[in-house]
Amino acid sequence: MKVKELSDIIDGRVLTGEVGLETDVTGMYACDLLSWVMSHVNKGNAWITVHTHLNVAAVALLTEASCVIIPESISVEEATIKKAVQEGIVIISTKLSAYEICCRACKAGI
Amino acid sequence: MGLSNVLKLHFDIPANDFVSAGEASSSVKKTLSQLGIAPQVIKKSAIAMYEAEINAVIHANGGTADIEIDQDKVIIKIQDEGPGIPDLDLAMQEGFSTAPDTVRQMGFGAGMGLPNMKRYADELKINTEVGRGTTVIIRVNFA
Repeated sequence: MKVKELSDIIDGRVLTGEVGLETDVTGMYACDLLSWVMSHVNKGNAWITVHTHLNVAAVALLTEASCVIIPESISVEEATIKKAVQEGIVIISTKLSAYEICCRACKAGI
Repeated sequence: MGLSNVLKLHFDIPANDFVSAGEASSSVKKTLSQLGIAPQVIKKSAIAMYEAEINAVIHANGGTADIEIDQDKVIIKIQDEGPGIPDLDLAMQEGFSTAPDTVRQMGFGAGMGLPNMKRYADELKINTEVGRGTTVIIRVNFA
């Protein structure tokens, strides 16, 4: 599944423009401890986190996550979005909770 | 790269600056990618360096990163003039952290920084002196 399709499935809103939407999603990962995320996210995973600060972009870049999903309509800092766009990282906002995101992704075959 | 070639990179790690924390690691990751290094090796190097970089920001008012890449390894040296680590064995334990609450709220300070460095480095050397600072040297082999 592509990032764009996943975004549609979770009623997502892509905050970072057109870049990276055709990347394949290899799995889902939900966690907010950044060290844990660093060592457990696999390349291509969609990463769900409530953090919205700039280091989210750095962690996504280093782990090669296919996208970052911010749940429950948490607002994302403009600087984070700007940085993500620069680095080609996709950030998706959705009103769903992390649990609901995973349920929908699972139903869709991820 | 020829046999005698060593690529050297230097970065300043700014103090208390979570905005640019991770910049040096990201930059090294890009360089290793451009050199065609295996993805698994790049991941190990990037994670270990990121953890060291974040530690310097959190605990030591920043520091410096010096990277040496030759044909068979990358050596990452992160140096700070921070408070030093009084009990290194304790600090190496997963879950042990002295990070302040403000930092934990950002998702750091889980007590996994040093254990992650140890896990992903092929060799990890830590020289630390209370009141003087800490130097972390991470070696990751390409093969």
